[in-house]
Amino acid sequence: MSKMHVKLKVNGQEVEGLAEPRTLLIHFLRENLRITGPHIGCETSHCGACTVDMNGKSVKSCTVFVAQANGADVTTVEGLVNADGSLGVIQEMFREHHGLQCGFCTPGMITRAHRLLQENPSPTEEEVRFGMAGNLCRCTGYQNIVKAILASADLLKGQKEAAE
Amino acid sequence: MKDEVTSKDRAAGLKGMGTSRKRVEDVRFTQGKGNYVDDIKLDGMLFGDFVRSPYAHAKVVNIDTSAAMKVPGVLAVLTAKELAPLGLHWMPTLAGDKQMVLADGKVLFQGQEVAFVVATDRYAAADGVEAVEVDYEELPVVVDPFKAMEPDAPVLREDLAGKMEGAHGPRKHHNHIFTWEAGEKDATEKVLSGADVVAEEMVYYHRTHPCPLETCGCVASMDKVTGKLTLYGTFQAPHAIRTVVALISGIAEHNIRVISPDIGGGFGNKVGAYSGYVCSVVASIVTGKPVKWVEDRMDNLMSTAFARDYWMQGKIAATKDGKITGLWCHTTADHGGFDACADPTKFPAGFMNICTGSYDIPTAYLAVDGVYTNKAPGGVAYRCSFRVTEAAYFIERMIEVLAIKLNMDAAELRRINFIRKDQFPYNSALGWEYDSGDYHTAWDKALKAVGYDALRAEQAQRIADFKAGKTRKLMGIGLTHFTEIVGAGPVKNCDILGLGMFDSCEIRIHPTGSAIARLGTISQGQGHATTFAQIIASEIGLPADDITLEEGDTDTAPYGLGTYGSRSTPVAGAATAMAARKIRAKAQMIAAYLLEVHDDDLEWDVDRFVVKGDATRFKTMKELAFAAYNKAIPGLEPGLEAVSYYDPPNMTYPFGAYICVMDIDVDTGEHDVRQFYALDDCGTRINPMIIEGQVHGGCTEGYAIAMGQEIAYDEMGNHKTATLMDFFLPTAWETPTYTTDFTVTPSPHHPIGAKGVGESPNVGSVPCFSNAVHDAFRHFGLVQSHMPHDHWRIWKIAEDLGLHAE
Repeated sequence: MSKMHVKLKVNGQEVEGLAEPRTLLIHFLRENLRITGPHIGCETSHCGACTVDMNGKSVKSCTVFVAQANGADVTTVEGLVNADGSLGVIQEMFREHHGLQCGFCTPGMITRAHRLLQENPSPTEEEVRFGMAGNLCRCTGYQNIVKAILASADLLKGQKEAAE
Repeated sequence: MKDEVTSKDRAAGLKGMGTSRKRVEDVRFTQGKGNYVDDIKLDGMLFGDFVRSPYAHAKVVNIDTSAAMKVPGVLAVLTAKELAPLGLHWMPTLAGDKQMVLADGKVLFQGQEVAFVVATDRYAAADGVEAVEVDYEELPVVVDPFKAMEPDAPVLREDLAGKMEGAHGPRKHHNHIFTWEAGEKDATEKVLSGADVVAEEMVYYHRTHPCPLETCGCVASMDKVTGKLTLYGTFQAPHAIRTVVALISGIAEHNIRVISPDIGGGFGNKVGAYSGYVCSVVASIVTGKPVKWVEDRMDNLMSTAFARDYWMQGKIAATKDGKITGLWCHTTADHGGFDACADPTKFPAGFMNICTGSYDIPTAYLAVDGVYTNKAPGGVAYRCSFRVTEAAYFIERMIEVLAIKLNMDAAELRRINFIRKDQFPYNSALGWEYDSGDYHTAWDKALKAVGYDALRAEQAQRIADFKAGKTRKLMGIGLTHFTEIVGAGPVKNCDILGLGMFDSCEIRIHPTGSAIARLGTISQGQGHATTFAQIIASEIGLPADDITLEEGDTDTAPYGLGTYGSRSTPVAGAATAMAARKIRAKAQMIAAYLLEVHDDDLEWDVDRFVVKGDATRFKTMKELAFAAYNKAIPGLEPGLEAVSYYDPPNMTYPFGAYICVMDIDVDTGEHDVRQFYALDDCGTRINPMIIEGQVHGGCTEGYAIAMGQEIAYDEMGNHKTATLMDFFLPTAWETPTYTTDFTVTPSPHHPIGAKGVGESPNVGSVPCFSNAVHDAFRHFGLVQSHMPHDHWRIWKIAEDLGLHAE
């Protein structure tokens, strides 16, 4: 199958490559760019393990063609670490509140939580539960994930206020 | 005081047992730096994918691979014809049966592996799968295990024709696998016939699936130069997989290296051996290149390792004041097309004979008949120790059914029948020796915590309001007291394919006082790297942060039987403590030499040996570690390391008391879990944070199973639940919030008193949710209704009870 040229920004870096028109964004990230944080859990948009941020929106990269991401700005969980390589706030709060076990859903969870808190910096527990409902976890029962996200919201607000 | 740092301060610095230590795994996982099998990419790696059967029962008349071989990127297509000369078209199962690797003349379930296409990447492999032409001739389908046992039922396993002796004794029908019995049949029937009260019910625990978020997969890499096979995979038992591969492939075991990298949840799904592993190995040998196979979600739900599917006919006898006198159970177990259960060999129905539960039942009898049907093989322990989930569901439903018959409160009925604290160790009527327990204390604590009497009063008011037309919502109070049986197990009665179910730990102390430990188990999210280091820290006094844990590489880790059945802490955890104690014993000899005293004149204090009566004379473990590599000590070898292979003397018996309060909308069948209280007693608690996380997760799996999750087939054997649209995995939105609690009754035979906890919440929560649904309708005449209690089924209960308006 003939390949097309794609160019996008991933975690702040310009990347380009050749891909079949049918290549999914998740496979381009994982196989071509070797960005393996986003995982494949269902390939049908249900589980959210492949969630990435694309042009300021959460998308499930298993059902987006890389062709659709041409020119896009994509962030994965790898892009959420601090500049000095330390864990970002949400990552640290997942660790602090035991918001993960096997770690397979975690990159999608954290990437989704990042966008949720951009959209709604002060969510209620109910809003977190609703906003995270596109991401499945089989290990934690979500209770500590919700706790981690609410704690992240508080910390991020504090950081923002301190900066202002 | 010279030393202001107390023993307590020093102990806290170790982050040993009892500490909610943050997980060391999480630094990698939270930034996407895990290393799961699909993350592995080797030079020249190919990708394999299966052609699967669209039929549940059919003859395979012809397979034409010629078009597929012309698809760009496709390099090989394997069928049974190619595997037969190697003797690999069938493989042994863990249950003593055999299973087709690729369809050999027929297929027995929808989704069965028919051909394996090997291509340069997953897209080309999928194109190849599309291009394989298979001609089938449909055969009559049997999905009902009772119909499968009718005299004129279609013969499913022609390969077993005339074989009336199976791996577990006589077969009484062409679709029969085994009969397994425990307890006393005649004595139990006598008790039943003479009892004041007998309650009888069919309790069905439906077919479901562990469905870890990461599916099963592997990468096989045969190095033709060295003759060495490296097999990476999602294996819950890497050593056992190595031995199985050696036995079925003929490759010498020392030339096989099995590596379980990070595993994205297992829950029993990743215990067995699957066609994908065999085909990947063969494909790697044939092509000379590494071959990856990773299931997609449909493959996973259709073909690898379902769980449960037990039809349990029960009779429970009691005196008129509620003292249970006997229990009888006959189970029809639907095993699908092949018997691929993952149980200890001598237990073809797992530990179903723990079905007397938490109760002192003097006489009992259990029989289990395994049956073939046109469904996927499996029967694994989904977050469960070998059928204890089925057993717990059975007895906890039978108690409720008996309570209805006796018109008694179900909490009180439990209380008067619990095994008392002074009866432990307790020998059950079905053959187990319960090591320890204190059920009354746990039960009273649980009832008090939820305000049980007030809840019952509220429920009575609700019923009155419902009858008066003031509300359309009923209230159910679900009760469960479960007893687990985990930590398989003693080699004398627990083995898989002849491999004793011991486990192991090797610890090496480095000269500067840090360490590496390797175990025969493998974490799939349980946090072994965190918790096992805590055991070592407490035992030898080196900080947990200075101890690296490694699992899953059979070239480096000591042999062990892996992680499932909540066996890691009871068995490998014990091995860890025992290995650490060997190190401490040698360190004591070194300390005695350095301090110029007799060994017996030293006492252990957190992280050091101190001369008795003189706290100023001591040697820390860190100092002793260096001395082990630095001093020539008469009579002692240099170095400081130890290995322990631990054969547990008994199983462990964690228990718990769970209570659920649920509101149910009679008109929509919707439910709202208002409260869920989970008290667990897992003996000594190693990391409370991780225990709590395990309970949250296990309860959520239990919630899914009880309230909607199932593997369902239609009459034609079509799989109706093969995507996450149809197979219920709860989201954060539906999932209840849990309150956790605990008591501590240490195991008397375990070196640190720990019992294991990972599976308790699945065992306990399923009957608890189910009992809540039943309890809501108890006062309107409901006795038994099968799970899963999805909205439609609950609506149907209300409809059948006449609770809907005309």
